[in-house]
Amino acid sequence: MEAILTVNNLKTTFLTGSGAVQAVRGISFQVGKGEIVGIVGESGSGKSVSSMSILRLLPGTARIDRESSIVFDGQELTGLTPKQLRQIRGKRISMIFQDPMSSLNPLIPVGKQVEEMLKIHHKELTREQLRRQVLELFGQVRIPEPEKRLKEFPHQFSGGMRQRVMIAMALANKPDLLIADEPTTALDVTIQDQILKQLRTLQQESGASIIFITHDLGVVAELCQRVLVMYGGLIMEEAPIDDLFENPGHPYTMGLMASIPALNQDKTGRLPSIPGSPPDMTNPPQGCPFAPRCPYARKICAAQCPPYVSLGENRRSMCWLLQPDAPAENNPFRKEAAR
Amino acid sequence: MAKYFAKRVGMMILSMLAICLITFSLMHAVPGGPFTSDRKVAEEVEAALNEKYGLDKPLPVQFLSYMKGLLHGDFGPSYKYTGKTVNEFIENGFPVSGRLGFITIVFVLLASIPMGILAAVRNGKWQDMLIMAAATIGVTIPSFVIASILVYFFSYRLGWMPSYGLDSWKGYILPVVTLGGYSVSYLARLTRSSLLEVMGQDYIRTARAKGLSEFKIITRHALRNALLPVITVLGPTVANLLTGSFVVENIFAIPGLGKYFVNSVSQRDYTTIMGVTIFYAAFLMAMVLVVDVFYCLIDPRIQYE
Repeated sequence: MEAILTVNNLKTTFLTGSGAVQAVRGISFQVGKGEIVGIVGESGSGKSVSSMSILRLLPGTARIDRESSIVFDGQELTGLTPKQLRQIRGKRISMIFQDPMSSLNPLIPVGKQVEEMLKIHHKELTREQLRRQVLELFGQVRIPEPEKRLKEFPHQFSGGMRQRVMIAMALANKPDLLIADEPTTALDVTIQDQILKQLRTLQQESGASIIFITHDLGVVAELCQRVLVMYGGLIMEEAPIDDLFENPGHPYTMGLMASIPALNQDKTGRLPSIPGSPPDMTNPPQGCPFAPRCPYARKICAAQCPPYVSLGENRRSMCWLLQPDAPAENNPFRKEAAR
Repeated sequence: MAKYFAKRVGMMILSMLAICLITFSLMHAVPGGPFTSDRKVAEEVEAALNEKYGLDKPLPVQFLSYMKGLLHGDFGPSYKYTGKTVNEFIENGFPVSGRLGFITIVFVLLASIPMGILAAVRNGKWQDMLIMAAATIGVTIPSFVIASILVYFFSYRLGWMPSYGLDSWKGYILPVVTLGGYSVSYLARLTRSSLLEVMGQDYIRTARAKGLSEFKIITRHALRNALLPVITVLGPTVANLLTGSFVVENIFAIPGLGKYFVNSVSQRDYTTIMGVTIFYAAFLMAMVLVVDVFYCLIDPRIQYE
């Protein structure tokens, strides 16, 4: 598959009073044309920061490492001037954010906010053309009574409706890549489902690529073709969606799967969870970041970061236990093979 | 909406009544009266004067008769300046104070908001530090000190501007700077902190993601949001500046309204105390109402019921 986005060795650091927080510590991945890639991880894993780094939407304290490379459609983004980057923002790459309640300007009617997105990149459009396009976009994302709604303000919209406005805005200029940063996290489950279905339909119609960031493996299963599992600012595992669920290739992924409540769950028992908490990113561990919480951790795990092991096409994982010379005792991957 | 503002005006009238009553009571609770003086005055003379102005009557009667005059727009005669009425003080003083105040307001707005914006945009850089240092000085140093320093340099040393009077446009410069110094500093700080807070909001990130330039992000998305708290403070500031300042008018010998606020109290000039207090209170309440109307126009989330 032809790549629309190639990220190579992305490192993003925040300068804070208590030291440099290494939020993203060198990640590399590709997104194919028309592909939906999920990035999964818990809070603080670096998944949002990775996605914001692409369009440089991070606060002023963030620094992207000089050696990082982000190539979008043959163009290196890291060296672009702010002006050049603005030509890409909103036009070729657009974003949907987590919190629809605060992501729209409270003082501007929603129609105007969507219209602005068109106007910035298409100065030739007349007022009437703009209006018609906004109405069309509102129709596409199923906002009822678009004529009336576009004059209303964000506070007159429910969370789900606001996220639809955000999606309409993001799709306005038919971008090649849509980055959705937890777009359904703040919504309740029924609305979540509607929004996901809509995103998929819109993606099929437009052929845009999507990077979908979430902490919800269920959402990933529903939407994505390929998944990156992030932890401690690194990609722990990358796998096509079916392979990941059938045969997780990293102890962290296994832990995440075990934490998904089942429908026939024993309601008196405790929901399984991964003990411990994510590493302190001002002083990230030398070895595998998951080692302190890993039930299979060995001495080497804390001392040295494991290299990626290829587990097939589009599949890699970062775990010492996948090495050919890893001991078979207390090794989840060997047990699988023995079975 | 109209109903809400009608209710507000009703409340204002009630507040005004309370202000009249409280001022009247406090004023009479202070020992002495307008005709008490250091020199020995014959008791009969003082009694005759008190009788002439109705000060011998019981306080509730005095209050009612004052309020009756007030309803007809009559603030009564001054007890200290024979032949003068409080209406004359206000009619003569307010245009002077008002004009100076109006120019000061324009100066304050033109200086403080751009300063605040510049400081916020250059957050942490030398422009920010310079503006914030100046603003801190402006907030902390009292106006009479600033006035003395300005007069010393610009009038005495350099001779560029007159040290008193408003006879030419030059005469306005020092009083305006002195009068507006505090407000400029305060509002610049407020604009800066408010804008910095707004710039960290999610919808600003959305605006950036759209591909807007920083300039358009500030002018179209951030500023209106950031100016809401500034407008809140602006209401009382406008009322203060328009009604004159005792210190500034005293230093620059400006025949405004400001001096009556202090002098009338020390002289126990009852009608003048009441007059200027009511005038100021009415102004302040009107400005607060204006602020609420502005709020309503700027922020669609605010719906007055």
